[in-house]
Amino acid sequence: MRFVDEFRDPAAARRLLAAIDAEADRLGRSLHFMEVCGGHTHTIYRHGLERLLPDSVDFVHGPGCPVCVIPMGRVDDAVWLAGQPGVIFTTFGDMMRVPGTAGSLLQAQAAGADVRFVYSPLDALKVARDNPDREVVFFAVGFETTSPSTAVTLARAEAAGVRNFSVFCNHVLITPPLRAILDADQVAIDGFIGPGHVATVVGARHFDFIPREYGLPIVVTGFEPLDILQAVGMLLDQHAGGRREVENQYARVVRDAGNPAALALMGEVFEVRETFEWRGLGAIPRSGYAVAPRYARFDAEVRFDMPGVRVADPPACECDRVLTGQIKPWQCRVFGTACTPEIPIGTCMVSPEGACAAYYNFGRLA
Amino acid sequence: MCLGIPGEVIDIVDRSEHLATVAVNGVHRTISARLLAEDPVRVGDWVLVHVGFAMSKIDQREAELTLDQIRKLGKPYEEEMDAFMDTEIV
Amino acid sequence: MSLPEGATPPTPKAASPAGRQVASESEVLDRIEAVRRRRPRLKDETVTLAHGAGGKASAALVDAVFIEAFGAPNPAELTDAAILTVGSVGHGGTPVDGESRPWACRIALSTDSYVVNPRRFPGGSIGDLAVNGTVNDLAVSGARPVWLSTAFVIEEGLAVAELRAIAADMRAAADRAGVAIVTGDTKVVPKGAADGCFITTAGVGIVPDGRVLGADQVRVGDRVLLSGPLGSHGMAVMMARGNLAIEADIQSDSAPVTAAVEALFVGVPQVRWMRDPTRGGLATVANELAQASGLGVLLDEEALPVRPEVRGACDMLGIDPLYVANEGVFVAVVPADQADAALSAVRRAGGAGRGDGPGAGAAMIGRIVANPPGLVTVRNAFGGTRLVDMLVGDPLPRIC
Repeated sequence: MRFVDEFRDPAAARRLLAAIDAEADRLGRSLHFMEVCGGHTHTIYRHGLERLLPDSVDFVHGPGCPVCVIPMGRVDDAVWLAGQPGVIFTTFGDMMRVPGTAGSLLQAQAAGADVRFVYSPLDALKVARDNPDREVVFFAVGFETTSPSTAVTLARAEAAGVRNFSVFCNHVLITPPLRAILDADQVAIDGFIGPGHVATVVGARHFDFIPREYGLPIVVTGFEPLDILQAVGMLLDQHAGGRREVENQYARVVRDAGNPAALALMGEVFEVRETFEWRGLGAIPRSGYAVAPRYARFDAEVRFDMPGVRVADPPACECDRVLTGQIKPWQCRVFGTACTPEIPIGTCMVSPEGACAAYYNFGRLA
Repeated sequence: MCLGIPGEVIDIVDRSEHLATVAVNGVHRTISARLLAEDPVRVGDWVLVHVGFAMSKIDQREAELTLDQIRKLGKPYEEEMDAFMDTEIV
Repeated sequence: MSLPEGATPPTPKAASPAGRQVASESEVLDRIEAVRRRRPRLKDETVTLAHGAGGKASAALVDAVFIEAFGAPNPAELTDAAILTVGSVGHGGTPVDGESRPWACRIALSTDSYVVNPRRFPGGSIGDLAVNGTVNDLAVSGARPVWLSTAFVIEEGLAVAELRAIAADMRAAADRAGVAIVTGDTKVVPKGAADGCFITTAGVGIVPDGRVLGADQVRVGDRVLLSGPLGSHGMAVMMARGNLAIEADIQSDSAPVTAAVEALFVGVPQVRWMRDPTRGGLATVANELAQASGLGVLLDEEALPVRPEVRGACDMLGIDPLYVANEGVFVAVVPADQADAALSAVRRAGGAGRGDGPGAGAAMIGRIVANPPGLVTVRNAFGGTRLVDMLVGDPLPRIC
């Protein structure tokens, strides 16, 4: 596959690893790099990169899995919506298995709810147009990569005068949780593998605050193994040269200013919530999007009288400490025993992109 | 997060609605190019596709540059690695 | 915190970065792997679609409900067909029916139900699946399929023309596999009590003398053969549902594997183990092999055959072809020194270079290893290795 296979070349990877080894030796100290995206976590484990890199380079798995960060109370709301008479509840496949306190959407479907997975929010809108006598709700999740697609969908729904469509908006922003992690005590992070696909929208320059305010390097990075290895090399280079800046390894896709059209649409359709609760990280100010008042008739939270009960994270869970790099997944006291991908307790185990699930599924075996 | 894959634009389905067809390994899907409305997609462009939307055009020159850099970075280690690979026991 | 039954609590040893006492990484992982190797346990109160997807949830349901009620000699190795001995010698060893010379014969008995949406998809239909699925279950148990029975549960309102087309597909598939459909049953249920048409087939095959298959026959060093590309059936059906609006020229691989299996037995009489990777995919049958044999299965990622369009569709939807259903391929374990003979026998049966019958795209995809016992691992092009778990539920398209 073009633009994929070239970036999986094993021979090039081996040479890059040798270069990284030499650079890490010269630096002579351990460095902890946070990969912000679940997609990066997935690539790292799937290709066994962690085991191939020198011991002194360590990955800290970040908060960038939009499925993992949805708190249980919001999943309960989704299950409640799916159970309302006449509702067709549409969702990305990822959210189907995520457990709330009253089970998952998959279980709601088994109990008779009309839950359908879609590939695109536009497909959810099509379901609404094909079923004018039903109420169709779309479970909108995702960071800035995904929220523009919901924005386009709502703009189209309005233009087409669709009356039976709404979204349950759970879109989140990447910057506030990064700041929350960096502002916390006991954080051991020496640099960031930056979120390449979020950056297609917000732009590489958006991450200037990381070197400027926190004195740390960040490399906006693609999702193939060679991308990640090159980014590690670039981070080591910054450390060796005493530089702290934003670099763009993923220039084939990411522009400095991002996608202005997408940003403009998001500004029109969404507004930033005063606060949004994150699974594992708690309430973070101005970290989530709500549907703007202008589009209120497409807002499931306005359209339905939802329970909106806040549910605390399970007390045994140590996801917050995994997410801030204080412990590795295997150091959590419930990892792999009470908390597994089949019966997850915490955020990091609920999606295959989560740090714990990736570690559990692909872990070990050098 | 955010599964995105490269696809080649093979058809413009509806210019006013910003719909285009992309091909991924011979698999076709009509997607929205609305987010690239300021620099409309053309047949032959490669785009990054996420949840049925073209997010960004893929810059083929930049891709080559990145690959060149990767090759350059590893260059000094080529001989060492080749020797290592020759001795690898499979 | 309560640990699952059988798990040892972590031994305090090294201090964690936060100063808490935890076990070492390898101790924790050993404990988890012990849990992972155990058969999955049923914790659900109601049956969900995941229990029918062929992965962990299915295994848990079968263990907790059916094995509990019916019993099984070795729950770790539940094959898709039972091998039974029939003959003139009764249980007590005395000849029955006054026959002069005692005789005995091993037969294989298998049954399967078919529910697929849509009922017709590129490369097949519920009709040929219902025949091929049962024929293949018999074939991979080492039997030569002979007879099939078929039972229909039909929802009121189904067009007779469609039923005719399904029956014609069944006849064509039976002819191709060389089996006869000899008995059947028809039930009609009210609208809503079934979805169109469900088909159950049962099959009987004869096991030729000398064929002994089983996980207990598998040895370290043996090679793993896959008779054709992965994922075509599951992706063809997913595309045919139409709700993903993805157009791909993907045909289901639905076909009888009998000819390729027979060719394999001619080339390599000492075949150790066989299975068809239907629901749950290669990952799930490889895990079943690892658990039943107590050995490790090491797959070579680069050797896994996947058609380009299938890979494209899988990549678009974030689905791993290792977990996608197949209906016309089988996995076989053969002695290492006969790997080449096995591969050429199977490829020849598939028409090798010219044809695309079952076996044409065969590949050696891995080997049996001692460690880690009971687990499946994949080695990638970088030399990195990762674990491959059983399917947890039906593969769902994902965005992240």
